[in-house]
Amino acid sequence: MSDKIPVTVLTGYLGAGKTTLLNRILSEPHGKKYAVIVNEFGEIGIDNDLVVGADEEVFEMNNGCICCTVRGDLIRIIDGLMRRKGKFDAIIIETTGLADPAPVAQTFFVDDAVGKKTKLDAVVTVADAKWLKERLKDAPEAKNQIAFADVILVNKADLVEPEELGEVERRIRGINPYAKVHKTERCRVPLLEVLGRNAFDLDRILTIEPEFLNGGHDDHHDHHGHEHAHAHDHDHGLKHYHDEEMQSLSLSSEAPLDPDKFFPWVQGLVAEDGPNILRTKGILSFKDDPQRFVFQGVHMILDGDHQRPWGADEKRESRIVFIGRNLDADKIRKGFESCHA
Amino acid sequence: MTEAGDKVASLVERTRALDTGGAVVAVHFLGATAFFVLGEEALLLAPPDGEPRRVAAHDGGILAAAADRQRVVTAGDDGKVVATDAGGEATTLVTDGKRRWIDRLAIGPDGAIAWSIGKTVFAKAAREEKSTELPSSAGGLAFAPRGFRLAAAHYHGVSLWFPNAKANPERLEWKGSHLDVTFSPDGKFLLTAMQEPTLHGWRLADGKDMRMSGYAVKVRSMGWTVGGKWLATGGSEQLILWPFQGKDGPMGKTPKILAPYEHRAAIVACHPREEIVAVGYEDGLVLLVRIEDGAEILARKPGTAPVTALAWDARGGKIAFGAEDGQAGIIDVG
Repeated sequence: MSDKIPVTVLTGYLGAGKTTLLNRILSEPHGKKYAVIVNEFGEIGIDNDLVVGADEEVFEMNNGCICCTVRGDLIRIIDGLMRRKGKFDAIIIETTGLADPAPVAQTFFVDDAVGKKTKLDAVVTVADAKWLKERLKDAPEAKNQIAFADVILVNKADLVEPEELGEVERRIRGINPYAKVHKTERCRVPLLEVLGRNAFDLDRILTIEPEFLNGGHDDHHDHHGHEHAHAHDHDHGLKHYHDEEMQSLSLSSEAPLDPDKFFPWVQGLVAEDGPNILRTKGILSFKDDPQRFVFQGVHMILDGDHQRPWGADEKRESRIVFIGRNLDADKIRKGFESCHA
Repeated sequence: MTEAGDKVASLVERTRALDTGGAVVAVHFLGATAFFVLGEEALLLAPPDGEPRRVAAHDGGILAAAADRQRVVTAGDDGKVVATDAGGEATTLVTDGKRRWIDRLAIGPDGAIAWSIGKTVFAKAAREEKSTELPSSAGGLAFAPRGFRLAAAHYHGVSLWFPNAKANPERLEWKGSHLDVTFSPDGKFLLTAMQEPTLHGWRLADGKDMRMSGYAVKVRSMGWTVGGKWLATGGSEQLILWPFQGKDGPMGKTPKILAPYEHRAAIVACHPREEIVAVGYEDGLVLLVRIEDGAEILARKPGTAPVTALAWDARGGKIAFGAEDGQAGIIDVG
């Protein structure tokens, strides 16, 4: 339903510039009204009518999965905010620097009441160009926030040399090649790049290509597509960074899949490895099925549906992408191959 | 869903329809007047003879409401608790200096009230105000039927607090997030609705746990039938009634399942004198259901929004309902 209120989640390690971005969103002349959910109420100046303090209460769900957590405070706050429906167009949640984005995102899929009234639009992560590399070494939260993001602002880009900035970007790509990356000063970015992204909307999953392949590297499009483990940086001559811990895994197949094999496999995989799998996306071609099937997931919560018929000229290729920690690429690839019809 | 054919008993013709102009979040009767609590700022008072009128109560959203025979008490995102009496006079009972949200509220015997701001729970009998800290934010509050004793639901259990005693609250533990809480009218059982689609209960004499599961979604409405014989609940595509006649409550028993429908039951309200439950569904339908034989009477046809408020008057002669889109009504049951 289109009348669901979009929710943008702002994450980022301490000092990266989340509040700068938030104030930019609130102060630009877009004519939109936002309800803002912040942490540590009152400590930072935010000029907005509807500001609510959250206390980041992460609750485990009793459904047999340790990674299935929700933010209890958000459920209460969103229920309360919806009393004032009509007073705002969208909700922005600013998390603390140490917060894990997963419970925030899962809240929108697990809680029925929240899911009916609102929809998660995107997870936007603000990273500090100067300090991100250090944080990726010593702060697991910072790595989570990069891995989970749909949009990443490499902020304070003016404070580092171009070579260093390029290296920061490649580090980010080594973890999450699918997020949209913007290099910014004082979070200066067109707001359309941050808001209204529909990153969790199944209808918007059109292609799953690493972001850097979508801009200026057209020569790689055609012969990109057979199964390969990591989304390598194809910039010839440049170093490819591979994060030891957090990786992405992209699998594809031109052979149609058997839904009776695929669903038990993917559900079993996320049930077993859910704590390590942060995000999943897929476009699938099933045997004897004229429709594209699309799905996305957060840890073990999967959400999928038929999207539209495959086009006559469209290559019927299944593609599935995982972003996660210590992924067992061989096991996952073999599992995926066993789903061929 | 009802008896076949077109001979469906109906009260639709005996309804006085109202447009409240905003989402209805609760409704209560004080005497013959229905008090519709709106999502923002005001209550709409609908006396039996005369035009409805708005009474301003809050400067913002209304987050919780509770009532006894004398007043309707509301709490809001303006950090206030306001009591509106039968004459429509609104009095501010509590003002939080920091204007924090007050989103849980309970009204007890002898006019006591309790409210919460995050983890802090406050209770006030006569004049004195007491407070206690919970391990996490209050999911729900309820006074025991007798004595000045409060149950506060939270993550991993419920705290039972005697506000006038020095002792720390007693803790009933069960893993998970507990939301709404209610005592059985005889005070022997305590029930919570959880974040999961299940209820949890404790027999207070020995702390024995009860799990009541099988719901489609989390349960957002619970009510006791006259004398506390059944606990009526929403959260499913049926009316689910748990038996509380015996000393073991529903332990080892299955619930009675009535009024199946294609949409979920959002809210229930029990008749004050007879074993009849009014059920409001997510598509706006309201049915009256007799527990004895499952007979149904149509009280309101489906509308465009979920039923969000439902109440009987003290005699059981009238029902007031309100929906999320502001459509409301008062039904003369007879």
